[in-house]
Amino acid sequence: MNNPCLLKNISYRAWYMWRRNVDVSLVTWKTNVLPPLLEPVLYILAFGIGLGAYVQQISYAGQAYNYIAFMAPGMVAVGIMFHSTFDTMYGAFVRLRYQKTFDAIITTPLSAEDILAGEILSGATKGTFAGAAILLIITLFGLAAYPSSLVILPLAALAGVMFASFGLYFAALAPYIDNLNLPIFLFINPMFLFSGTFFPLDGMPVWVRFAANLLPLTHLVNLTRAATFNRLHAGLLWDLLYIMVLTAVMACIAIRKMKTRLIK
Amino acid sequence: MPPVIKAAGLRKNYDELRAVDGIDFEINRGECFGLLGPNGAGKTTTVKMLTCALPVSGGDITVEGMSVNTDPRGIKYILGVCPQDVNLDPDFSVLKNLIVYSRYFDIPYAEARRRAEELIERFHLHDKLERPIEDLSGGLKKRLLMARALINRPKVLVLDEPTTGLDPQSRRQIWEEVRGMKSNGLTTLLTTHYIEEAELLCDRLVIIDAGKIIEQGTPAQLIEKHLEGKGNLEDVFLKLTGKHLRDE
Repeated sequence: MNNPCLLKNISYRAWYMWRRNVDVSLVTWKTNVLPPLLEPVLYILAFGIGLGAYVQQISYAGQAYNYIAFMAPGMVAVGIMFHSTFDTMYGAFVRLRYQKTFDAIITTPLSAEDILAGEILSGATKGTFAGAAILLIITLFGLAAYPSSLVILPLAALAGVMFASFGLYFAALAPYIDNLNLPIFLFINPMFLFSGTFFPLDGMPVWVRFAANLLPLTHLVNLTRAATFNRLHAGLLWDLLYIMVLTAVMACIAIRKMKTRLIK
Repeated sequence: MPPVIKAAGLRKNYDELRAVDGIDFEINRGECFGLLGPNGAGKTTTVKMLTCALPVSGGDITVEGMSVNTDPRGIKYILGVCPQDVNLDPDFSVLKNLIVYSRYFDIPYAEARRRAEELIERFHLHDKLERPIEDLSGGLKKRLLMARALINRPKVLVLDEPTTGLDPQSRRQIWEEVRGMKSNGLTTLLTTHYIEEAELLCDRLVIIDAGKIIEQGTPAQLIEKHLEGKGNLEDVFLKLTGKHLRDE
């Protein structure tokens, strides 16, 4: 338990924590399944049809697209981000502070690292599920090209781990549940708005593009959009690399920080 | 026979505070061993170090020869832990609590189901099988905690204030269970500040205060030594720890 090496303390038992959280989601499946299916429909109605009536064509990488088609892959990326971040951010905070779930499990053969890796995995699972559900909806609206859009599924799993790690890290930092408004205001919402989700970054000033490229969601949006437009190319490997490195780093930082809250 | 549990020079520091300040004890096989002390004496801290929920600051505790410092998983497989705070899983029913918990010990589903039904019968929880945890009374919650602690067929049972906040009926029922388990040879560590409970259940006990052991022996020995046989264990306790109020 005092072993400083993170990986050494993670075992197959992390799946038991994952299964516990998935079991809970299955008990309350209706409230878990409907939002990711209905949210994109709302966005498509409001932005695609409402705003899209004024902004008919949008230029992206030298080609013109319908606004609704431009926005749809952004919604997929946003769904992955919201659902995985919130699952660990609020879920793990509640399990840590209010439900004392971790206190009960820490006296079973699971290590703190098993518990927290399981948390990240179940958050990533929710994000992946949300990403897949939104992809299904935009596919029904004819807004996703195949087979290139299938890349989104493994991508959602990877980005899910990244955002779930961010969520767990925020939960570990927050003394009170109200403090969680801060990362939403400072991190999640800016990403939602400025990651190329609603408008292309190409025409923006250099400093805006630079700032946007620091945000992990920008790289995910680049990838999901290229996938739904069937315009995947080798240059996107940089986006993928950025996400992979940040995922590994954040997962380690989040587990380490949360462990200090779990066992003092 | 070597002791089942052995604590040697066990310490826990929180910054300046020495919550547990170098304690030693041994618990023999089949014994019910009491850890007594006023609030804030270091009972729960000691229990948490034993159950590998807290790292030790110094010294060691071993269970069946395994050290909390080097083999926490090995220890956690053979411990049954009934915590002071109710930490049942509020997202699940009574039955599902036992099933999910058994998974953490690698118990396959069919076996877990068999054990859960057996424990539900034994702890009179059968009427509440599918109820959510929040519907249970305090006594039922404690009974379920105890059932949960036994799902992995532990070699050592750890009961941290098992009857705090319970009505006399529920308390007596828990005592019955502890006695039953003792007669089956289960080694038990019990913390309590109900002296009557310790007198009734414990073969041997230590009294700790401010993180140190201040007295140890059988209940009868302590009464004999401090009160020349006149009085009860509570009088001994108060004589040793003083009558002033303690903060948590």
